[in-house]
Amino acid sequence: MSGFNYEKDGDGIVTITMDMDGPVNSMSAEYGPMMKATVDRLEAESDLTGVVIASAKKTFFAGGDLKMLAQVTSETAGEFFEGCEAVKADLRRLERLPVPVAAAINGAALGGGLEICLACNYRVAWDDKSVKLGLPEVTLGLLPGGGGIVRMIHLLGLMASNEFLLEGKQVDPARAKEAGIIHEVVASRDELVGLAKAWILANKDNEDAAVQPWDRKGHKIPGGNANTPSLAQMIPAAAPMLIKKTRGLLPAPEKILDVAVSALRVDFDTALRIESRGLTYLVQTAVAKNMINTFFFQLNKVNGGASRPSDVEPQATKKVGVLGAGMMGQGIAYVSAMAGIEVVLKDIDKDAAIKGKGYSEKLLQKRVDKGRMTAEKMQEVLALITPSADNADLEGCDLIIEAVFENMTLKHKITKETEPCLAEGGVWGSNTSTLPITELAEASINPENFIGIHFFSPVDKMPLVEIICGEQTGDVALAKAFDFARQIRKTPIVVNDSLGFFTSRTFATYLEEGARLVMEGLHPIKIDNLGKAIGMPVGPLTIQDEVSQELSRKAQATWVELGYADRFGDQSQYRDFIDWMVLENDRGGRHHGGGYYDYHADGSKTLWPVVVDKYYKPEVSLADEDVKDRLLFRQVIEALKCLESGVLRTVADGNVGSIMGIGAPVWTGGFIQFVNTYGLDKFIARCEELSAAYGDRFDPPAIVAEKLAAGENFS
Amino acid sequence: MTHNAYIFEAVRTPRSKGKKDGSLHEVKPVDLGAGLLRAIQSRHDLDTSYVDDVIFGCVSPIGEQGADIAKMIAQNAEWDESVAGVQLDRFCASGLEAVNTAAAKIASGWDDLIVAGGVECMSRVPMGSSGGPMGNDPGFSLRTGFVPQGVGADMIATIDGYSREDVDSFAVESQRRAAHARDSGWFDRSVVPVYDESGLTILERDDFIKPNTTLEILGGLKASFAMHGDLGFDDIILEKYNDYDAVNHVHTPGNSSGIVDGSSAVLVGNEQAGKDLNLTARGRVVATACLATDPTIMLAGPGPSAKKCLEKAGLGVDDIDLWEINEAFASVALRYMKDLGISHDITNVVGGAIAMGHPLGATGGCLVSTMLDELERRGKKRAMLSLCVAGGMGISTIIERV
Repeated sequence: MSGFNYEKDGDGIVTITMDMDGPVNSMSAEYGPMMKATVDRLEAESDLTGVVIASAKKTFFAGGDLKMLAQVTSETAGEFFEGCEAVKADLRRLERLPVPVAAAINGAALGGGLEICLACNYRVAWDDKSVKLGLPEVTLGLLPGGGGIVRMIHLLGLMASNEFLLEGKQVDPARAKEAGIIHEVVASRDELVGLAKAWILANKDNEDAAVQPWDRKGHKIPGGNANTPSLAQMIPAAAPMLIKKTRGLLPAPEKILDVAVSALRVDFDTALRIESRGLTYLVQTAVAKNMINTFFFQLNKVNGGASRPSDVEPQATKKVGVLGAGMMGQGIAYVSAMAGIEVVLKDIDKDAAIKGKGYSEKLLQKRVDKGRMTAEKMQEVLALITPSADNADLEGCDLIIEAVFENMTLKHKITKETEPCLAEGGVWGSNTSTLPITELAEASINPENFIGIHFFSPVDKMPLVEIICGEQTGDVALAKAFDFARQIRKTPIVVNDSLGFFTSRTFATYLEEGARLVMEGLHPIKIDNLGKAIGMPVGPLTIQDEVSQELSRKAQATWVELGYADRFGDQSQYRDFIDWMVLENDRGGRHHGGGYYDYHADGSKTLWPVVVDKYYKPEVSLADEDVKDRLLFRQVIEALKCLESGVLRTVADGNVGSIMGIGAPVWTGGFIQFVNTYGLDKFIARCEELSAAYGDRFDPPAIVAEKLAAGENFS
Repeated sequence: MTHNAYIFEAVRTPRSKGKKDGSLHEVKPVDLGAGLLRAIQSRHDLDTSYVDDVIFGCVSPIGEQGADIAKMIAQNAEWDESVAGVQLDRFCASGLEAVNTAAAKIASGWDDLIVAGGVECMSRVPMGSSGGPMGNDPGFSLRTGFVPQGVGADMIATIDGYSREDVDSFAVESQRRAAHARDSGWFDRSVVPVYDESGLTILERDDFIKPNTTLEILGGLKASFAMHGDLGFDDIILEKYNDYDAVNHVHTPGNSSGIVDGSSAVLVGNEQAGKDLNLTARGRVVATACLATDPTIMLAGPGPSAKKCLEKAGLGVDDIDLWEINEAFASVALRYMKDLGISHDITNVVGGAIAMGHPLGATGGCLVSTMLDELERRGKKRAMLSLCVAGGMGISTIIERV
């Protein structure tokens, strides 16, 4: 039976075992009435000694109902606010029962789950990897609106609760105990309720045990309130520290900070109400809707295999061959070995391969030094990597990934040489970022098993893998690549073959628009600053220096050579400009002696004066809004074109890929989701304005008008 | 005088109990004031770049109300960045002083359009938070004969012979009038509801008024300042008023002004500003006056200040249609009516701070809106507004409809 099972034992202890409909307990529509009825009954109970809150599910309690949250509008805001208040009122009644209340935390208690626990007098958790505690609301553009902010502030103080509230940090039970969020851990799940009951009985005569710290006389917030001099000095620093991370583009952490500081100024119950108002405000923002859509629903869809052929058996990779021990190859070797996969890291000469393995050694040693890995484990991982210069070592690999220079002839040659080493049914993957998979597959004896597996640099840090299907790529190869990406704990998006696939093609427009603005005479510093202002990790010129003008030039040259140039619009101006930088001025990028910027030994950078002298025109004045929209809309439009032309198979892949692979601003929820909350009609109108003023590259893709006519969003 | 100081608009927030269980406790001062500025802006589609200054009174300008809250309120309302702001403190007169200062700046021709008013979130920044020598500095306090205001109010009652029943009756009538005015919708034009960021209403109307107040209920309350008197403050004040052998402690929370949260804002400007912005003048400031009387009894200033104001305006008592004396304590209002020889019938016609509360620095601005509304509703011309002020000061302003 769904519900909160209510069971009173001989000692007068009531155990509430939450067992709601569906796979998890959550703050769905049925939660409110159920919790209310439960507290009503507890309040009316006679001879009550204590209460234990437990869960019949694998997780303790999953938190808010995101689908419901994402649908709140200004029309329903009042109702939502009242709902928040009602949830809080019942938790407040629970914690003010005259008897001790204990939470027996058997699984993840995140968001609303932890908020329920915080409304208990005692919290004991099973010390297991699967048990995570935290308030991740901020990562979805929301705030903990079930009393989470206020209780954390009263429990830990402003400084200590900072990382949990503003960063949504999740911890295991041992760390939660250390931080003071829970009281006790137990080694076995079966001990939980027993221990909770034992605590209740042991504290039968301890009046304080039934009273929350914040309801005790003389309670002081740890670290002090807003008037405590040491804290009052810290508060003014909190805002700039936040802006440094968010650039003012994320309302949630700002609101959380505001509510947290308010909790230092007003009484507990008033603070709870302020918190409800904060959540009511946030749920209505476009940013929250964007983040919930992409970081929860679409990311789960992508990781859950929505783009993987469902009728293919799981394809675990046992032995992977990595060809080319350069930056990418050594990274792929590392993440594979970390996932327990046997790796053959091959280069032309053995020393290069050994050096490539050294990269893993370096990263592993860092983990050991930080105490995050044992020396034995490090040796185990290292032992999985075999550096080699001999094709024979590749024998028996069920997956080979090449990461050699971006040269069609070279890649063809390598395919022919090593493909025969693959185990029966093995898959060949190319980590290319610029060459079409279909064409690369021409050298393959088995193009059905040939696929693109595009990694991002640095491989150990970047969470995305872009899987590219060539014309002949089969379902098994796709499943293999997908499952491999999941094995190495990456998020795989699946796209169709096209020049630059999805990520590189879309990202290139950011670099190109940056270069156009330089050529138009805008000051380079302003261009970079406005790129950051829209929420890109760095400005277009800085990132061009990182990617390197040399790489862009080579890619363009290759496309010209292959007859692919300007396939997605005229890039001749950009080509000439990059040629001028690289060929005439030797400005190949940061790691080629400098690009737009000169890089100094102390880590600082200054503008390369020549580019300013040649292009900067003080009389050129563009509205900041136009520059920002140009840098953003170019990428959005290109992503929409990828969707329109079938390069992107799903909107979810486009959103997740743009965030994780390109650094699309988090507030947008990805380049396609951006259009949904910007408004399709408004988007078309703005594109037309930009097109009229700056060129037809801003023409709105037809797919937007189609969706608009159909009354649909991109989903 | 070169210019008339016209009043184009006068608004106030509802007032609510200035404690943690008050409806406005959750609202920051900087938000409470900004709500009024936004209301003025949206009512008149106001080009805020025309506004020269925002002058706000605040009596506890510390913490969240500190550091020139007036400028911060203008910023928080997202008014044009050219708009300046200044906070001033003349104790309980701060709000009216803000209006008077604005009027003076307009009259002088040195400013064209000003928002004047005040803000006081007494639940968040309690009365007395800003310290000061009164009471806190024994040397100063002993030399100047400081006693708490309530003891002064009780001394006035003692001197004038107001019994407990007299002051309680006045209080009951204040409650009755305020409740009737509120429930009749007479405050609706001026009282701007307080909203949260989502546009949800936090408080729509005054909720401090206690319409069911009776003499019996008030009679059951304990005198608030008897204990202060016993401490020695009675001895201090009786040293000065040595015709009396004891202080009759008649004031209680029921016949004194309530501690509340609230804000007020009045748009004052010259004729040209009205023309340029298409604003209709509701009234004008005729004259203002401020003076000080005995600081020990502290609350006897209003009558003398009103007389001074009449003199400046060249008017007599009979030229005033409605009188408004801030009900800091019932005896203050009774003394005021006695000083001026006026009837309760035309004084505090919609009740006062005993019923609605006295958000210190904001009250003066509240009185302006109350009186403008009443003059309009009754078709009358002129009103006198007065407040008693710490330090023995009194402040008065005459406004008239145009």
